[in-house]
Amino acid sequence: MSDFQTTNPIIKWIEYRLPVFSFLDHAVGSKYPTPKNLSYWWNFGSLAGLALVILMVTGIVLAMQYTAHVDYAFDSVERIMRDVNYGWLIRYLHMNGGSFFFIVVYIHIFRGMYYGSYKAPRELLWMLGVAILLAMMATAFMGYVLPWGQMSFWGAKVITSLFSAFPLIGEDIVIWLWGGFSVDNPTLNRFFSLHYLLPFVLVGIVVVHIWALHQFGSNNPLGIDTKGPQDSIPFHPYYTVKDLYGMAVFLVFFAAAVFFFPNAMGEADNYIEANPLVTPAHIVPEWYFLPFYAILRSITFDIWFLSAKLIGVILMFGSILVLLILPWLDRSPVRSSKFRPIHKQLFWVFVADCVVLGWVGANPAEPPYLYIGQAGTAYYFAHFFVILPLLSVLERTRPLPSSIGEPVLKGGGPAMGAASKPMEKA
Amino acid sequence: MKRIVAGVLSAALLTFSVQTQAAEGKALPDYTWEFDGIFGKFDRAAMQRGYQVYREVCAGCHAMRLVAFRNLADLGYDADQIKAFAAEATVIDGPNDEGEMFERAGRPADRFPSPFPNDKAAAAANGGATPPDLSLMAKARPHGPSYVRALLSEGYEDPPAGFEILEGQNYNSYFPGNRIAMAAPLDDDAVEYQDGTPASRDQMSADVTHFLMWAAEPKLEQRKQMGIKVVLFLIVLSGILYAVKRKVWADLH
Repeated sequence: MSDFQTTNPIIKWIEYRLPVFSFLDHAVGSKYPTPKNLSYWWNFGSLAGLALVILMVTGIVLAMQYTAHVDYAFDSVERIMRDVNYGWLIRYLHMNGGSFFFIVVYIHIFRGMYYGSYKAPRELLWMLGVAILLAMMATAFMGYVLPWGQMSFWGAKVITSLFSAFPLIGEDIVIWLWGGFSVDNPTLNRFFSLHYLLPFVLVGIVVVHIWALHQFGSNNPLGIDTKGPQDSIPFHPYYTVKDLYGMAVFLVFFAAAVFFFPNAMGEADNYIEANPLVTPAHIVPEWYFLPFYAILRSITFDIWFLSAKLIGVILMFGSILVLLILPWLDRSPVRSSKFRPIHKQLFWVFVADCVVLGWVGANPAEPPYLYIGQAGTAYYFAHFFVILPLLSVLERTRPLPSSIGEPVLKGGGPAMGAASKPMEKA
Repeated sequence: MKRIVAGVLSAALLTFSVQTQAAEGKALPDYTWEFDGIFGKFDRAAMQRGYQVYREVCAGCHAMRLVAFRNLADLGYDADQIKAFAAEATVIDGPNDEGEMFERAGRPADRFPSPFPNDKAAAAANGGATPPDLSLMAKARPHGPSYVRALLSEGYEDPPAGFEILEGQNYNSYFPGNRIAMAAPLDDDAVEYQDGTPASRDQMSADVTHFLMWAAEPKLEQRKQMGIKVVLFLIVLSGILYAVKRKVWADLH
């Protein structure tokens, strides 16, 4: 850690006692070599971090004005919207922040799938990412309950009731989750408590995720390892400035949604206060849960002693948990789809399948949506359990370049000298 | 392949938008609103007329418990006018020093008083159906403003042959399920507008919807005006950071 050079006496004094500057330098500075060929798809990790920070800051402020009680929750949110100074802004930032967090994280995940970022030696990095996805889903689900609108209440009721599908102890689990015999004040209180807690757990997993990332550094669009200093550039200033630029562009889209279409991604029904006696015509979760909701509802038949409901629940959770074993389902030694002609196409089919499932999830569980949802669910799991293992064996991959520098420098010799210069610092 | 996928996706999205409309009954007319769009603003005169319709017609049955008289300043009323509006209302306050609840004239800080003491009383007085609170109505339905206006101005029609309407129900082509408990509330000249605007049913429906949109989203103007500045700032910031990024990366290429 003593490789950090400075002439500033104050920084020296601090560095000697607490090597925070060399730590930063190794984490996001000149001592962290990063592949030089990362595309803008690699911006979405830092964007997810930014979204998380926005959500935590606005959430902490909202919690100062929010009342977690079934009689006051809805009105306290409306008080934030009407009477609290800039409360409408904070609340719309938080509300849309959730959606944008999922947008950037889903792009981040699909990027990892396209470029094979989950493959050795980054399996644990990928699995920690799945843990982050699960934690943010739980957080988002509980957060959506807090405004205590009709969708809040009925969404909570539908999703918590899923646990009743488990044999023998199902009903008891549901009562335990609710803290009573229906979704009521104890449920709201514990969801508020956990909604505040889980983001901090999330930050903990993110730290370990980044720790694992630093062990081997980022994957890259070519999916080949860096062969030497000529293939990488220091994170700072190259990727710090690129990430900052990406953040500004992200904020343009985010601000446009917050200021001009703040309710476009929400459900109108959630502006009706929760009423346990009136069931909405269509109970739909937030858009980011729709594909999984479609998978849940696609099972309408019992298999042997397993009820349709239980199979649906298992498949819904399974559709996310399957990502944990993705590194072992796809055994192809080639990471990037650039050199996997068939995987490249089937990746886009898989993306389309997820979108179709989302569309099915937004519609009632009846024909023709039901059948499309069943086909979509079958394809979703087939992609993981049939297509990827088969491709690992059957696909004829294209030859890989010998190094990252090779295709970049195809233009000619003189660039070599210029490109290798900053590497000497690294 | 990408083109096929893109085709499937856009087809799916198109069907999605068609489907959401179909689920809500008849497709809504394509109204235009002054508060739509990124430069959208409320029309003060329309809101004042809408408030008159609300006060003289809607408020007889519908509560609006989230809006206070002081908020009427947004409609362009001055302090004296707001005091006068508030004073027309009777508010239950207390308990006083004797421990009794008492009635007093409304003050600007009071919320709009509800016409019924509770939902049960409201249902009992309205044939078993509770008139919903209107504070958030314009946001609480898909395509809220257009839905409310269409329901009030064009929705009440003769039911198609064979469509059964029970006692206490009315046919409305825009209401989900088409059976609505509320009888057509707005006939031509149901109110006499103070600004002399002819009070046609469509005019009143448009005006009261304008007022309801303000009630549901009172910070809409502030939000959009701030949004233009914020987005412009961020676009410029993005441009500057892009230039910085190019400059920093220049020695690599």
